[in-house]
Amino acid sequence: MDTFQDTVFKLKRYWADRGAIIQEPYDVEVGAGTMCPETFLRVLGPKPYRVAYVQPSRRPADGRYGENPNRLYKHQQLQVILKPTPDDVIDQYLGSLKAIGIDLSKHDIKFEEDNWESPTLGAWGIGWQVMLDGMEITQFTYFQQCGGIDLDLAPAELTYGLDRLVAFLQNVESVYDIEWAPGVKYSEVRLAEELQFSVYNFEAANVDRLWRLLSEYEAECKELLAQYEKYPEKRRFPVLATYDQVLKCSHLFNLLDARGAISVTERVGVIKRIRDLAVGTAKLWVAQQGAA
Amino acid sequence: MSLDFLLEIGTEEIPHWMIPGALAQLSKLDLLGAAPSVDATPRRLVVRAKGLPERTPDAEQIVKGPPITAGDKAAEGFAKKQGADASALRKAGNYYELVKSVPGRAVREILAESLPIAILGIQWPKSMYWTDRNGPRFIRPVRWLVALLGDQVIPFEIAGLKSGNVTRGHRQLGASSIPVTIATYESELRKNGVILGAHDRRHKIETEAAALGAKLDRELVETLTYITEFPTAIKGGFDPAYLELPAEVLTTVMRHHQKYFSVEGMQGALAPNFVAVMNTSGDPDGLVKHGNERVLKARFNDARFFWNVDQQKKLADRVDDLAKVTFQAKLGSYKEKTDRVVAVVKELGGNEHAQRAALLAKCDLTTEMVKEFTDLQGVVGGLYAKAQGEPEAVSRAIYEHYQPLSMEDSIPETSEGRILALADKLDTLRSCFSIGMIPTGSKDPFALRRAAQGVVKILVEGAMEYRLDALAQGELHAFLLERAQYYFREVRGFKYDEVNAVLKVGVSTLRDVEVRLNHVARVRPTPNFEPLAASFKRINNILKQAGFTRGVVDIGMLEAGPEKELHEAYWSLAAFGPLEDVAELRPYIDRFFDTVMVNAPDPKVRENRLSMLSDMLQKFSSIADFSEIVTSGDQK
Repeated sequence: MDTFQDTVFKLKRYWADRGAIIQEPYDVEVGAGTMCPETFLRVLGPKPYRVAYVQPSRRPADGRYGENPNRLYKHQQLQVILKPTPDDVIDQYLGSLKAIGIDLSKHDIKFEEDNWESPTLGAWGIGWQVMLDGMEITQFTYFQQCGGIDLDLAPAELTYGLDRLVAFLQNVESVYDIEWAPGVKYSEVRLAEELQFSVYNFEAANVDRLWRLLSEYEAECKELLAQYEKYPEKRRFPVLATYDQVLKCSHLFNLLDARGAISVTERVGVIKRIRDLAVGTAKLWVAQQGAA
Repeated sequence: MSLDFLLEIGTEEIPHWMIPGALAQLSKLDLLGAAPSVDATPRRLVVRAKGLPERTPDAEQIVKGPPITAGDKAAEGFAKKQGADASALRKAGNYYELVKSVPGRAVREILAESLPIAILGIQWPKSMYWTDRNGPRFIRPVRWLVALLGDQVIPFEIAGLKSGNVTRGHRQLGASSIPVTIATYESELRKNGVILGAHDRRHKIETEAAALGAKLDRELVETLTYITEFPTAIKGGFDPAYLELPAEVLTTVMRHHQKYFSVEGMQGALAPNFVAVMNTSGDPDGLVKHGNERVLKARFNDARFFWNVDQQKKLADRVDDLAKVTFQAKLGSYKEKTDRVVAVVKELGGNEHAQRAALLAKCDLTTEMVKEFTDLQGVVGGLYAKAQGEPEAVSRAIYEHYQPLSMEDSIPETSEGRILALADKLDTLRSCFSIGMIPTGSKDPFALRRAAQGVVKILVEGAMEYRLDALAQGELHAFLLERAQYYFREVRGFKYDEVNAVLKVGVSTLRDVEVRLNHVARVRPTPNFEPLAASFKRINNILKQAGFTRGVVDIGMLEAGPEKELHEAYWSLAAFGPLEDVAELRPYIDRFFDTVMVNAPDPKVRENRLSMLSDMLQKFSSIADFSEIVTSGDQK
């Protein structure tokens, strides 16, 4: 039986063999692998790109103090971007399942409609959730728009939910029972984190300060966005740093949401504030690429 | 020679609910007179037809030229422009004309041009591009194309993909490259794990699932039919301890989240089993069964967790939390809605249980269970109210208050449930109308038509005696009337003119409308009715022409014979109340018109006769305006 890390190695190897750059996780908090610049920015524009990386993704509201066997504050995604999409993308994807030991002739695979959408990022795509014996194991999306911009190529995005996929492969009922490395359980690696961040996200985080931080990061982002136009040497403009501010805002929004601090009425407004930043940054990135 | 036709559009998995709509469009494909028959799986849309011509026939086209008076120059110019010699022109009346022969074309050539346009012309609820931004759009990427006319490929291209004669089998059960002919197509697919006909897949699902004890439901069968290429049913089980959870929650998890059929045991109670439908031929090692059981267990665990968490705060303690849940931006929170609904329940004379139910009805929107299973709003509230010791009448009313969800759905069973359902919908309608949110055309974001139909259905089928004009005024009143018309026609099957006739004379309660409609529908087939309706129309016209509204009948002035007899007849009929036997009047009316002249020379006699006719019309018009009934003599 493969450990959690064995499965990760195999998937990375598989996609590396198909021309993907193997990136490391991004170091700013994100709610999904899609938000990393390696996806959000790289899917824009006409330049082909293939990349795969594991991204620990933080969703404060999904935390369960480590008590729920399947729900996690932070889960591990394997994110693959194929730009442009190869014609045999689904066969390649199914090949990756074989590569991690799933004998497809003995299982039931279905592609069920699920169109991914992120209002905060002004991004959406068309695709499926891939069901393996009744369990969703992958989100498969043909990106159509990102940062409010129609994409030149429609890249395929494959997002594997590693925790539940490996729980399935190892036939354990709780993700905490996954064998991460030989002799080391998932719980030893991550349980404390789940518990403590659930406490922080639901109980300890200072709501007033979170709101202030959100405003501060937003201000930083806006200030940067406003400078591009007059920037003498476009190449040096810190669009990547600008995007980090967007990610900070998005994470703060998620924290405030988990604290129950955002009313339904406010919600739409705050999402729009962040989307405006994301859209602005995406535009500058495309402009900068064109200027280079 | 006539040829057969095959088109297979090979795609990645199409959303199941969009397939029937696409097939309806493909069934209208122009195949030069041949009738298309269509089939589909999630990965292929197929059109087949027999008896296409090989070529279209040669034809002649007449092109009109200049007037003869325009002279030879003009004629020559016209001929040249048409690529003909002036000697080929002929005279037709005052003009020249040219008969051009249009040679027939190979049908294969015509289809090679028309098919790509037809394929990309299919309308989808949502489409995508997959090559680049300027590439073609379809529901999902097109990956192969089979297009055959007889034994020849109809050559065309979509998104750089050339049509051919090679199909693909089931992803796991078949080969990925299978050359076919029209004759071998379906059997080759079958050998490669694809059951092409939806009917055959549906039948396989139904028989296998039923044999495993599944409680079949049509919607789920349809979904599974179009989500699989080779459906096979398997049975799984779960720990009976989960049966402590309400059946509604368990079946929602199974049906909506997992697409499983539930299984019923003795006396219709849920059994600790489910039936799943795989998209493959078997489960030799039981891995699929095991996997599905594992997923279901996790889902049920979640549901149990939500149930337990939710019980920590009673519905009654959640009323104030509704202030944080928006109903509609301009209309405020669900707390405000709750206050309004409570007031409407009081207005409708609801008892204390109905009022209590109104107060608690929306509280389940703040529960974890409803956040997870939104379809169960109301149902969860009802179940929680029961578990928390609310009176039966209160919990039942909450449970039922979203009913009827459609025209087919039944109305709430309890009187408290009916009043609450009515009040909730009325409040939504009144509030939305008050801020100008009125449905137009296809725009109805708040599903106000459904709410109004619910109101109509509850009022009629609940035999509720509320005057419609007391419940709604102005535009909302008109909107409800329009929905009532729709309901009586489309759901209850009354004819449109009957509905018009009954509504024309006014509406007190919808229940009364129903009673009167039943009368009209009952007397309508009797032989004298339609001629009588025609007579009523005639009377209406006479009164209109005379500009007569109303007068008092002087019985002493009535002439003996047909006039007096008619008067006696309608008085005695009217005395028995509703005109069950209105048709019996017919011979009296006929005789009256045959022998009596309404426009008598003596103005007093004339006025008395008009008075009698209007009096009669008035008496029978409390049921319906019979002049609205379309009789065989009328224009449609």
